[in-house]
This record gives sequence, structure tokens and C-alpha cells, in this order.
Amino acid sequence: MGEPGPGLSVRLRQLGPIPLDVALDCPAGQVLALVGPSGSGKSTTLRSVAGLYRPQEGRIAVGGEVWLDSRAGLCLAPRRRAIGMVFQNYALFPHMTALANIMAAMEHRPAAERAQRARELLAAVHLEGLEQRRPWQLSGGQQQRVAVARALARDPKVLLLDEPFSAVDRATRERLYVELAELRRSLGMPILLVTHDLDEASVLADYLCILHRGRTLQCASPLEVKTRPASPEVARLTDMRNLFEGRLLGHEPERGRSILDWCGHRLEIPLRTDIAPDTRLPWCVPVSHILLHRRDRPSRGEKENPVTGLLSDVLVLGEAVRLTVSVPGESLPLVFSVPLHVAQRNGLAPGVDVTVSLLSEGIHLMPPSS
Amino acid sequence: MDWVALRLSLELAAWTVAILLPIGIFLGRFLAWRQFRGKGVVEALLALPLVLPPTVIGYYLLVGFGQQSALGQFYQSLFGHGLVFTFQGLVLASVLVNLPFAVQPMQRAFEAIPPEVREAAACCGMAPWRVLTRIELPLAWPGILTAMVLSFAHTLGEFGVVLMVGGSIPGETKTVAIAIYDRVQAFDDEAAGRMSALLLLISLVTIGISYVLGNRAAARRRHG
Repeated sequence: MGEPGPGLSVRLRQLGPIPLDVALDCPAGQVLALVGPSGSGKSTTLRSVAGLYRPQEGRIAVGGEVWLDSRAGLCLAPRRRAIGMVFQNYALFPHMTALANIMAAMEHRPAAERAQRARELLAAVHLEGLEQRRPWQLSGGQQQRVAVARALARDPKVLLLDEPFSAVDRATRERLYVELAELRRSLGMPILLVTHDLDEASVLADYLCILHRGRTLQCASPLEVKTRPASPEVARLTDMRNLFEGRLLGHEPERGRSILDWCGHRLEIPLRTDIAPDTRLPWCVPVSHILLHRRDRPSRGEKENPVTGLLSDVLVLGEAVRLTVSVPGESLPLVFSVPLHVAQRNGLAPGVDVTVSLLSEGIHLMPPSS
Repeated sequence: MDWVALRLSLELAAWTVAILLPIGIFLGRFLAWRQFRGKGVVEALLALPLVLPPTVIGYYLLVGFGQQSALGQFYQSLFGHGLVFTFQGLVLASVLVNLPFAVQPMQRAFEAIPPEVREAAACCGMAPWRVLTRIELPLAWPGILTAMVLSFAHTLGEFGVVLMVGGSIPGETKTVAIAIYDRVQAFDDEAAGRMSALLLLISLVTIGISYVLGNRAAARRRHG
């Protein structure tokens, strides 16, 4: 493990009661989203960074400061760590005004500066004029903004957001996404966001860290995680539909490609000489790389990995239609979406045969499961 | 009207509340947030004075405070006189009897503070004593006030324990509740009536104050 830069470096290990095997790094100014189902250890990881949870083994360092080092017996209390934490239900102090809530996190500043700085922070989260309101006099979205301002009031070295959008309605959430995205441009610290919502994470984060049963399975950009999952486990957790098993037939280095056998179909894929021929392994293809052939006349790209199957289900979801195709020899269906007008023009209905192209650059092989 | 007895009762109640305030905050807070083996037993022991007849409590305190007991001998060696039939003995007995009235409302009040609010205070950089004074005590205040009022009013009206442990020494252990009993025994209904009315008034006022303050605090904390 390398020495951390100005960013946040977290390594956690413990066998129980909550098993943890976490390794993640978040550079300054970037948002890293911890994504996973409930019980995956994402909140425990965040609480460990805050100092609210003490794992058996681990090391947490931010910008050259070490907050946790189990080998040296070091574990700083939350008040000794420069953290800004936004709790799921905001945990505002109910007996204090919005302004007092923010000033409560400023004990490191001279008393004379606090009120002025708190007003600036309230303005930064668009709450001017609500200084004297108490938490119960504020809407959910306003409470969340006060919580963000209070977190920033401590001049934190890392900002920790624990499901900060789960308690507000959808419209407010969309607005708060934009505000957070704007706010983070002016913030120079690493930001950790805990969420179970992959879409939310993709919108807000530079990096996703997929957690399952306390283990970090993959840390990468949202696009990378969604199109090139590190394992079938990640693919399932990120709701990847088209996850199959195939056999690598061989390589054609001169043509820059390898050949994958999938229930009798010869699929051309980008060259993967790191995998020995005749290996059985899982593979996936994102819905964005499945192309429907027009039924009336041939279209572009139809020579690329054509696969024909029986359309078993057509489900209209607003402007889009979800198609489920059964491919002979494969028990799992191919699932992808087309715009509603495409489905109508092609006369797509259950029972008809359709042909699709699985675009070569989208086909992603994963290591054989151990 | 036995003003000496009334003054003694008020002093006893004030001392009881003053001593129970820190004890109640400490015990209430501890019981609210700590899980440990035997917690149920501790809570049951604390609640015992609520169900035991005062004369039974008084009897055991009398035995426990007496010259034969370790506590009695220790106190004697320290101050040169015993605990039984003294004002100090009365205060100690009153504190023990009132423990449930002080601890239980405070425990409920601390339990009602969401754990993440205390965590948020720590994440704001507050030291533990700052968390106590700025967050916990203001939020638990209605419960603490209720505990103090209940202990105060209950001490004013305590009869059995006081009689057993204190006897009825004027100016030392003869409280107003005992004075009323005395007057009734002496067929002095007028004096007994006046003192009873006064005790009723004091109790009404203290309970009234606690309800008004409690409601106001609850209104402030609504949705909180």
C-alpha cells in the first residue's frame, strides 16, 4: 500500500462482528461513492473514517495526517479528526436555530468570527434569511442544506455524506444533486458519499466503490464499473442484465481480436491474450452495446456478432420498450431497450424472431469465478 | 401552624433534590446508553422504593444506619454522633427513597435523545463535557425538571420513612407531614387543616410549574 497523497486513504480489516476488507483511495476534490446493498459495510466504513466506529485493524490517513493506525495503537476520537459529516436524517440539534447549529461546529475558530462565517455558509447553501429558524420549521431539503453547511463549518479535511438524499422527495433530490455538484467545485477536500442508489452515485461521483459483505469489490469510474465490472458479483450488484458464460476459443492477434464461443455463436471480442484458450469464463455486454437489426432491410453493423433469437417479452416503459430475447442454447435471456417508435415500426411482438448485433468492443470478459 | 416543621421539610426537600440532581443525571445517562449484564437487576433495585411500604424501607434504613451497622459506626467515628434520629440521617434516607423518582424520568429523557444527534455533536468537534452541557442537558431538560419536582414534592409528603428513621424531634427531624399527624392526634383539627392546605398549595404550585415548563419545552422541541 502506497503512502497517501493529499487525498484520503482507507484500509480496514476485521473478521467480525461486521466483517470488513476495505481498500479505497479518494483524491482531494473528488467524490467517491460507496455503493452496496444494506449490510454491505458502507456505513461502517464511513463511520470508521469519522471515528464513530473502531475497526480491529486498519489505517486511515488524510492529507498527511494519520487518524487510525491499529498497528501503532492510534485511533483518534471524532473531535480530533477534521471531518464534516452529514447524517442520513441530518441529526440537527433540535433546540438550536439554523445559525446556532452551524456555529456549534466552529469551536476551533475565534468566537468573534463564528457568526459571520456561519452566515456565509448559510448563503453558500442558499438559505439566507432562515438563520433564526429551528430545524422543525425547515423543510427536508432545507434541513439537508443546514446539515451540509454545518459539516463544512468545521473546515473539514474530508466530507462524509451518509445517504444524504434518502429522506427527501424526488424533485428536491434532483435539485440537491445540482447544488452539491456546484458546491463541490469550490471544495478542495475528498468527499465520501454513501448510497445504495447506483444512479445517484453515477450522477454525483467521480469514482464508485462497490461494497459487498464488507469487501470492496471494485473501485473505478462509474462508466468503467457499469460497462466493465470486475466480477460477476459486481455485475449483479450493479444490475447488469446480460451476464452469461462462454468459452474462449482462441486469439487472432493479427486481426486484434479473440474469439468467444457462446452456445454455438462465434463472438468476436477485443484481443485478450491474458486468457488462455479453452477457458470457461463469465462475460457480459451492456444494453448500450446491443443493436437491433431492422426486420425489413439490412442495416449497418449487422455483420458484427449477429445473434438470432425469439422475442419472448415486450414491455412498454414510458418512451422505451424493454425487449427480452431467448437465444437457443442459453437459459438466460438477452435483455435490452429500444425507443417505443422503433418497436412499433418493426412490428415487435412476442413470438417473432429478431436478430441483434452484440457490438464487439462492449463484450467484457471477467475472471473465472473461484 | 408549625413553622419550624415546615422550614425543616423545605430544607430536607431542597437538600434531597440538590444531592439527587448530579446522581440522577449520572445514573440516568448511564442507564439510558449503556448495555451491560445485570442492567435489569440494577433497574429493578432502583425501582424498589416505588413498591415497598415506607415502613419496610424505614425499618431497613433504621437497621442499616444504626450503631450496630458498619455505616453507622463509620459515620459515628467521622462526626461523633450517629445517623439515626438526625437531620443528616433523614437526608440520606430521603435520597435513597427518592432515587426512582429522580433517575427514571432522567433516564427516559436521555433515552429520547437520538444517538446520531450525540454523534453529530462529536463530529462537530465538541469535547464530551461540551456535548453534555450544550446538547444533552438542554434536550433532557424537561425530564430533569420533572425528576426534580417529583423528588421535591415526594420528600415534602414522605411520612413513614421519616418517622422510622428520624423519629419526631422538633427542629431536627419533625417534618410538616409528621406535624400534621401530631396535630390530628391532639385533636387540633384547625392546625392540621391549615398545614394540610399549605402542603397542598405548595405541591400544586410545584407540579404546575413543572407542567408549564415541560409543555413549553416540548413545544420548542416539536419534530425535533
